[in-house]
Amino acid sequence: MTDPIRRNGYLVRDRDWQPDALTPAYKTSVARSPRNALLSFPTGLAEHSAPVFGHDMLGPLDNDLILNFAQPGEMALGPRILVKGRVLDQYGRGMPGVLVEAWQANSGGRYRHRNEGYRAPLDPNFGGCGRTITGPDGSYEFRTVLPGPYPWPNGMADWRPAHIHFSLMGHAFAQRLITQMYFEGDPMIWQCPIIGSIDDRQAIETLVASLDMGETLPMDARVYTFDMVLRGRRQTFFENRWEGL
Amino acid sequence: MVQKHALLKETPSQTAGPYVHIGLTPNVSGIGGVYAEDPGATMKTGPVQGPEISLSGHVYDGTGAVVRDALVEIWQPDAAGLFNAAEETRGTPDPNFTGWGRCATDLDSGLYSFDTVKPGRVPVADGRLQAPFITVWIVARGINIGLHTRAYFADEEAANAEDPLLTRIEHRARVPTLMAQPEGDGKYRFDIVLQGDNETIFLDM
Ligand SMILES: [Fe+3]
Repeated sequence: MTDPIRRNGYLVRDRDWQPDALTPAYKTSVARSPRNALLSFPTGLAEHSAPVFGHDMLGPLDNDLILNFAQPGEMALGPRILVKGRVLDQYGRGMPGVLVEAWQANSGGRYRHRNEGYRAPLDPNFGGCGRTITGPDGSYEFRTVLPGPYPWPNGMADWRPAHIHFSLMGHAFAQRLITQMYFEGDPMIWQCPIIGSIDDRQAIETLVASLDMGETLPMDARVYTFDMVLRGRRQTFFENRWEGL
Repeated sequence: MVQKHALLKETPSQTAGPYVHIGLTPNVSGIGGVYAEDPGATMKTGPVQGPEISLSGHVYDGTGAVVRDALVEIWQPDAAGLFNAAEETRGTPDPNFTGWGRCATDLDSGLYSFDTVKPGRVPVADGRLQAPFITVWIVARGINIGLHTRAYFADEEAANAEDPLLTRIEHRARVPTLMAQPEGDGKYRFDIVLQGDNETIFLDM
């Protein structure tokens, strides 16, 4: 009897590419970062599975932040944009059925949140949350307004560059990811201690959406394209077909 | 030179930040009317099989302060050990149990809480049974990449003693950090310590 080659599970996470837990320039990380080594173990079904979300959970405006909190007949204020892209795995395969949740400040840089301390005004027609589920090829899109940069209590002069927060629930809890998208050409990107938690400049560049003027919606919205990559599930060649796709 | 093979890099993580609630639990953060219900707010969609329990606790930072702006997600099988997931091939899971919960720690008290069921045992690849456990994932301002851990049950001594993950822990004094403590009446307490003397064991996966 032959011993089958086990390729169960997901590609190992590259911890050098990911931010460290402790990044002192981002002050809050100092007391919230574990000091002990993470425990490695052979992952199993608990890590290789995730809840399934159907498109029937979505309302028609869930991915439209311009309208989903606005009064009837009104809209959120600010430069209109469409953010679109694909969720891929590390093998470049589009990932369908991924729950993509997004949140952001309004066009003045103000969040609708109890703990918000920035004096910029709220937009009565902007809530700041959206969600969608990726299509068969992994594609997603959101319509929103360009979020404003905002000051935050870290250093005395720290401002976050304009950004949108994304949460991804893929096909496995091992792929669970939260990240942030930045905007092409923003000089603030290279001054931000939160972005600075990532060592590798190339890694940071993968968080910067490109401005695609060719895709612009005439008299409506500019288009930013942003692809995201989740960990790849290893494939096994078994009885003349690839498993684990 | 050696051959080059293209494998994409995983998107880098960034902190969930202080306003994670806007995106992930908008209804409890005061942004009502956008979603009918926050995802993960209810794990039971009808009468469930097996013992019902609650899992709750606080998240502490390295100074011992309660973290009031964290978000906790849990993922687990039903009482029979089956996941409500596409990857589940061993049987039909309880149709009224999602297995997935999401809860922000309370902005005042810092408490998180889930109404769920006691999970069944799930085998690992070589057939050995794991002790019952709940997968736990924590994000917050100041956490650059989400932290994975497991909540086992302190009253499952026999199962815990043969669990493949628990038995591989070299620093035995840290094992209790993975134990939810029974408080009677189906209530379990699971505190998460991000740093310090009783730092929770976090998992590399
Ligand atoms: Fe932000």
